[in-house]
Amino acid sequence: MARAALPRRLNWQQARVVELVEETAQTTSIVLEPADWPGHDAGQHVDVRLTAEDGYQAQRSYSIASGPEDEHLVLTVERLDDGEVSPYLVGELRPGDELELRGPIGGYFVWNQSITGPLLLIAGGSGIVPFRSMLRHRSATASNVAVRLLYSARALDDVIYRDELAEFAAAGDGVDVSFTLTREWPEDWTGHRGRIDGKLLDEVSWPAADMPLTYICGPSGFVESASGTLVGGGHDPRRIRTERFGPTGT
Amino acid sequence: MDALDGNAIAGELFEVFGEEMTTAIGACAHCGATGMIAEQRVYLRAPGTVARCPRCSGVTMVLVSIRGGARIDLAGFKLAPPHDHGAPVDQQPAS
Amino acid sequence: MSPVSRGFLGRRRPVADPSRIPPGQYLTTDFPVLSAGPTPHTPLDEWSFTIHGEVEEPVSWPWEEFLDLRSETVTVDIHCVTKWSKLDTAWTGVSVDTLLENVETSAGYLTAWSDGGYTTNLALEDVTDGKAWVAYEYGGEPLEAEHGGPARLLVPHLYFWKSAKWVRGLTLTADDEPGFWENYGYHNHGDPWLEQRYQGD
Repeated sequence: MARAALPRRLNWQQARVVELVEETAQTTSIVLEPADWPGHDAGQHVDVRLTAEDGYQAQRSYSIASGPEDEHLVLTVERLDDGEVSPYLVGELRPGDELELRGPIGGYFVWNQSITGPLLLIAGGSGIVPFRSMLRHRSATASNVAVRLLYSARALDDVIYRDELAEFAAAGDGVDVSFTLTREWPEDWTGHRGRIDGKLLDEVSWPAADMPLTYICGPSGFVESASGTLVGGGHDPRRIRTERFGPTGT
Repeated sequence: MDALDGNAIAGELFEVFGEEMTTAIGACAHCGATGMIAEQRVYLRAPGTVARCPRCSGVTMVLVSIRGGARIDLAGFKLAPPHDHGAPVDQQPAS
Repeated sequence: MSPVSRGFLGRRRPVADPSRIPPGQYLTTDFPVLSAGPTPHTPLDEWSFTIHGEVEEPVSWPWEEFLDLRSETVTVDIHCVTKWSKLDTAWTGVSVDTLLENVETSAGYLTAWSDGGYTTNLALEDVTDGKAWVAYEYGGEPLEAEHGGPARLLVPHLYFWKSAKWVRGLTLTADDEPGFWENYGYHNHGDPWLEQRYQGD
């Protein structure tokens, strides 16, 4: 699918659920066929709206997990046990159901292969979702923009797309993936441990002098902290783009 | 409750303005800090949505939905005319 | 109306006694945090509560003195304009009647003002005769900052945006002067039983 221009109108439409793919115990990818999808840029999101029989509505935003070149639109949703929308999407929704959504939305937190790097991608919890779209787009267009991804999660079982990320890293075409686990890790864990700090960023990120283009996505506190640490370490704030999510496990 | 950012209201802003607004640049009316709408701190789930300057926390935008009609007050955020948008990320901003 | 999402109910709770739920409201058992800005953190040794404006003489209490005032514990239902109602919430605080005891005024209205700049307007008759408190405990525990602590206004017979979090004082006014949300189109009075959500309702 060719790269899409931003839509002229943002209308609500129905999207049929094709398949549900469990990514982790708490996270499921929803494969969708919208009625009239114009295409999207990696990093954009959709708004999803649920309507009960009595007219009650709830709405949330979800980053698009699929790449612009993928066949179907995919959303990856983390179930928050005390949430209102996510327990429906991850638990009740079935193939064949229709989901109301509008999109694609967003022009700030986007990347396409014509934008020069090197790229620094920092993900907290389900903040990894838009980066999956970016990496799939990078692969699909055979881009060789250099990427360093740092992904913070609570535990190994919470890491989404683990195999796919390993494939990107193993392709040998310029993608480096680092993980840090913040709550628990396997005994034989060779990755990083603990929350992101200046020391970890110095180790895994591009030096400030390389002028990387940085994207940070995750819960607000995570984004503030990572961004502040980078800027404190000399990175140019104008080269840092951020997207804050509601609660997710970092 | 931690604030989100302007990305969280991108859909609502598109509805009001008829175009993508998260990259629109403006200046905080309270402290003068310039930035994109995406960088505003956004507080959802109040009677309305309040956007605040990331530097001084002054109110920059207020969105309310009254009887199904969305209204936006941008008195706290001086949009650069005519809705100058932030450069695509591959262009270095002028120093 | 949008097509129905099969099987979606939302977080609503079944209502045992509908007479306690105002029109257009849903029952919740959690306590959502709704805020228009960052949570202020005023140290208690810098906190004070002030009544001023159209008064003979302003009056002000620092924190320790405020806690020494006669307090009450009340159990009330609260109703948010975002359609959530929460029943049987227990608060401890000082009645606004107590705070106004020695205040001489001919004002008919007031603006409650808070740390962080929030304001809301009320008629004096809506905060007197046992209708309002400045509350510093919720459920028997000190009021948490995200719910308005150290102290918030509590006016349960009106929509909860009138119960200003982080309240620091009342400015008595001759006229009804719209506060923060009222300026953006919310109702000056805000009676949930009359569904006074917006100006003109």
